[in-house]
This record gives sequence, C-alpha cells and structure tokens, in this order.
Amino acid sequence: MEKTVNQKAWFLVLPVLLLVAFSAVIPLMTVVNYSVQDTFGNNQFFWAGLDWFREMLSSDRMWNALGRQLAFSGIILAIEVPLGIFVALNMPKSGFWASLCLVLMSLPLLIPWNVVGTIWQIFGRVDIGLLGYTLHAMGISYNYTQDTLAAWITIVTMDVWHWTSLVALLAYAGLKSIPDAYYQAAKIDQASRWKVFRFIELPKMMGVLMIAILLRFMDSFMIYTEPFVVTGGGPGNATTLLSIDLVKMALGQFDLGPAAAFSIMYFLVILLISWVFYTVMTNLDRKGA
Amino acid sequence: MAKITLDNLAHSYLPNPASEDDYALKELNHDWDDGAAYALLGSSGCGKSTLLNIISGLLQPSQGRILFDGRDVTHAPTAARNIAQVFQFPVVYDTMTVRDNLAFPLRNRGRDEAYIAERVQEIARMIGMEEMLNKKARGLTADAKQKISLGRGMVRKDVNALLFDEPLTVIDPHMKWELRTQLKKLHHDFGHTMIYVTHDQTEALTFADKVVVMYDGRVVQIGTPEELFERPEHTFVGYFIGSPGMNVIPARIDGNKAYVNGSYVELSQSYRPLSGKVEIGVRPEYARLSQTDGLPVKVRRVEDVGRHKIIRAEFFGNDINIIADEGEQISADMNRVSFDAGHVNVYANDWRVQGEAA
Ligand SMILES: Nc1ncnc2c1ncn2[C@@H]1O[C@H](COP(=O)(O)OP(=O)(O)OP(=O)(O)O)[C@@H](O)[C@H]1O
Ligand SMILES: [Mg+2]
Repeated sequence: MEKTVNQKAWFLVLPVLLLVAFSAVIPLMTVVNYSVQDTFGNNQFFWAGLDWFREMLSSDRMWNALGRQLAFSGIILAIEVPLGIFVALNMPKSGFWASLCLVLMSLPLLIPWNVVGTIWQIFGRVDIGLLGYTLHAMGISYNYTQDTLAAWITIVTMDVWHWTSLVALLAYAGLKSIPDAYYQAAKIDQASRWKVFRFIELPKMMGVLMIAILLRFMDSFMIYTEPFVVTGGGPGNATTLLSIDLVKMALGQFDLGPAAAFSIMYFLVILLISWVFYTVMTNLDRKGA
Repeated sequence: MAKITLDNLAHSYLPNPASEDDYALKELNHDWDDGAAYALLGSSGCGKSTLLNIISGLLQPSQGRILFDGRDVTHAPTAARNIAQVFQFPVVYDTMTVRDNLAFPLRNRGRDEAYIAERVQEIARMIGMEEMLNKKARGLTADAKQKISLGRGMVRKDVNALLFDEPLTVIDPHMKWELRTQLKKLHHDFGHTMIYVTHDQTEALTFADKVVVMYDGRVVQIGTPEELFERPEHTFVGYFIGSPGMNVIPARIDGNKAYVNGSYVELSQSYRPLSGKVEIGVRPEYARLSQTDGLPVKVRRVEDVGRHKIIRAEFFGNDINIIADEGEQISADMNRVSFDAGHVNVYANDWRVQGEAA
C-alpha cells in the first residue's frame, strides 16, 4: 500500500511538543544557562564557561553526596528486590486472601511522600514515637537525630516499608503468568523447591523484575522528601543525599551556578546508569535466545 | 513397572459435588496391566487429563484409591510414584540448554554424570535433536520444544509408568509418524506400562494393545481395536471409532426383528422387550446398496475417497452412510439397502444390549 504523505500531521504533535517544551526543555535550558554563567548579584551575569563543572568535579562535597546516594540506592535495592520476591512467592494465589493481600500491600504506595516522612519521623522519636520510645525503654540506644547509623537505618527502613510492595506486586504479576503445566512438569521431574524457583519462576519473572529494579533505582536515586522530612540530611551531612544537597546549594546558599552544573551532572548520571543497566539486561536476555 | 489399579475412583473439581454432573471423572474401577500399552481416546473435556493427573499424583482424587502393584499410593506425592508424564503443552526450562533439559530428571534423582551423558545422547538421537544439544531451549520452535518435553519423559528407564497427554499435537505429520514408531520401540524394548492420550483414532489404533474410550467423564469401553470396531459398547464408541462412524437408527425391537417405520431389519439374536431410547447400530462397512435386497433408501451423494466409496443416503428420515468397494458400480436404480445381520448391534439408552441366540 502506498503511504500518503501529509505534513499536516505534524500539527497534531504540536500540543504535546509545546507542553514538553514548557515543562521540560525550557527549564532544562535555564539550568544549562545558569551552569555556564556567574553573577555578583544585581541580576548581572557573565560567562563562566565550564568553570562550575570543573569546580564541582573537584569538590569533595559532591563526591561525598554521590557516594552516600549510591550506597542508599544500593542498599534499598539489595533489600527490596529479594524481599519483594519473597513476599510474592508466599502470597496466596487466588481467592479472598489474595485480594486482601493485594489491597493491604497497595496501601503504602498510596501515601504521599511527605506523609510517609512525617509518619516515620514521629514513629522514631524517642519521646513520643512508638518505635523510638519502645527501643529506648528496652535499653537500646536509638536516636536518629544524633546517631548516623540510627539515621540510616531509619531512612532505609522507611523506604523498604514504602516501596517493597511495588516490587512484590510486579513479581506477583510475573508469577501469576506461569502456566500450571510448568509446576506439574517440575513435580514429575522431581525438581527441588530451589530449582523450581531458579529454573521456572525466576526466568519468568525476569522481565517484570527488570522494570521493578529500574523504577526503584531511578526513584531512589532522586529521593528527596522522605529523608528530608525525617532527618533533614543530618546528623551533620550523614544522610545528605544528592537531591538534598542540591536543594541546600541552590536554595539555601543560592549558589545557582554550581547548583546548575550539579543538576546537569546528576541528570546525566541517572541517564547513564539506567542506560547501562537496561543494555546489560536486554543483552543478557538476547544471549539466552 | 507396575500394575496400576483404580479402585472406585472419582474426581470432582468442585469442593462439594452434589450430583453426578459435578464429577469430571465418574466412578471408575480398572486395572492397567503391567507392561501394556493403552491408548486413551475421547473428545475434548471428557476427563482424560484429569485421569492422568490422578495417576501421576498431581491431583488428589475426591474419592477412591490408586494402587501400584497392590500398594496404596492414593496419598503418595508425585515423586514417590516414579512416573514419567508428558503434557499436552510443551514445557521446557527456557534458560537451560537442550542437553540440560534432557538431563534434568536424571540429575534431580542424583544419577552419575557418565550415565546421564550416555542417556541424553540416546534420547537426543531418538527425538532427532543431536545437533541442537548445546542450544538454549528458549527460542526453539514449538515442535522442537514438544520433542524436548517428550525426551524428558523418556529419559528415565526405571519408571513405573509412562503417561503421554497428546504429546504429538504440534508436531508435523512426518515427524509424528517417526516419533510414534520410536515410542512403540521404546515400549517394546523396556516394557513400561504406557498410557497414551489422543483425540486421533488412527494414532490410538496403531499405537495401543488396548484402547480405552472415555465419554463425558466415564470410561465407556476398553478393548482391542477390533472389539471397538465390531462391538461398540456405547453409541459414542460407534460414532467415534471408524470413518465414517457407525449408523445409529431409532428402532423398535421385537424378538429378532428391529422395526424401522413399519419395515423390519433381521437381527442375528433375539431380544427381550426394551424400554427407553432404543436404537440399532450398524457400521457403513456392513451395509450394502443394491437394486433388489432390503429396505428402500434415497441416495444423496457418492464420494470416492480412494480406497472405497462412501454413499451418503437417507433411510426413513435418518442420515446413513454406506461403504462400497472401489470397483463397485453405483447406478441410479440402486435404491435399497441391506444390513449384515451378524453386525447389527442393539442399543438401549446408548448402551449395547446383549441378545440371546434366536
Ligand atoms: N483445574 C480445573 N478446575 C476446574 N475444572 C477443570 C479443571 N481442569 C479441568 N476441568 C474440567 O474437567 C473436565 C475434564 O477436563 P480434562 O482436562 O480432564 O479433559 P480432557 O479430556 O483432557 O480434554 P482435552 O482433550 O481438551 O485436553 C472439563 O470439563 C474441564 O472443564
Ligand atoms: Mg487434556
């Protein structure tokens, strides 16, 4: 069939293009603009080239924040993915209890970030929080405002509480799509529980798990509200993750130039890691075929 | 290898079955002889897979017992029964190579690697996949996957029974023939008890010593292919076996005569008065068209199918088929049909009635 050429079709894309321009491209360009200029106030800017980038790359501050950020994302992925799979494997397959589980597990996903932060901030307080008070009463020293370890445990636990359901729900969907015949064949072949997981369940879940990992990585790498509400980045800088640091720099100190350079590199790092991850996973997939 | 006894067995998928209709498998008593090859034949949804799954322990029957050589295994898990089963839809372990797929059941039972390697090679030759042993199973064609499934079923030598649930449905006709020959050879060499489920009567009749015909959750007849042909115990067997199937004509029986619309057909035996739905059944092979003998018939169409001719006709308002030899001339004035009295069966409510010597 001959395709008709009609350039007017471009007009149909125009609204979306405009919307994306206003919501993403233009703000991004202003950031690019700030990142290459300097100012002494009075709204007077002058060209600074790549100085800000150079400065940021040689400052410990950004590298430390990046290190903490990678540690945070790494830890929550290492907990949420196996835990989510474990929960999915143990959920009822059908009936009333399956529906109930699904509803209960979706609940944390529906709570707004700042509310989650507030819940945990109060929950962990030594004076009035159930968790903090109980631990304290048991003689365990726990104070997330002063102790680095306690602060980390609190924000990691909070993230696990908030997002493990997402991984579990995705893994559950993957598990449900496995036909019964596979389990039956495994029984006939006398496969152990571990082998059923390794050779049937895991391969069939791989697709959704990849999506879960990507989502959780990107989301945790950009996390701001929850840890900010709980610890405010402290004690000291112990829980100052990348976005918290960025906001401090841009809005707290009003260092627009360095902050802009920082944002751009931040953006590129996320893009890069996601791309590497995706490529590696799809290649692994293809090599199997 | 074992004799498998089904004792009062029945199964319903419903938690509280009320009537007989709720049972996917109706009460059944049967011995599967050690070392025999059975074909399980029946239309879709009649309970064939259900029966196999109960024998292999994938399903717990709602009633009755299963015995292997007299030992009660009703509640024994699949692993303890040592049965090989090949499923209707191909199941392969995607991330493994073809070789690992075939070796899987042996490895899980802790056989040594040398034995496994030898056995895998043998099976690969049987299913014609020696070249592909190192390929990943994912991405193979459906029929290759089905062959792997089949191979995994055959790889263990010491099984109590081999159950095949329509294992050749997605395989092309030539390969089908080849694999069926291999299965027969396997049976001949090792003498496993084999149950082979199929929709396809030719497959059933060529493969098996005995054919088990199921209909609506019930085993309606077990017999040699000949018995099924000559004396179908149920009208369904008459329809299902043979091509075309048996002619079934409503009739009234009086002694050794079957009355159809006032005219009568001679029977070789004499019957007591019958109640309910009464019919006579006669195979097209035992009906003959002629100018002079028998009852009037209206010929509609003659089909030449090569080996013989099939005559489609109307007999007192019933559709019947008649088979004539290839060489036979069918002329327009042949408008009478006669039946071979020794091969006319009588059915009451679909079940065959045994007569007495006339
Ligand atoms: N898991 C199940 N739950 C409820 N009903 C089922 C289940 N499996 C089968 N049935 C029902 O039991 C009956 C027998 O099914 P079965 O699968 O044994 O038939 P089959 O003879 O193998 O058919 P086919 O030739 O289509 O494979 C059917 O009516 C089917 O709908
Ligand atoms: Mg079936």
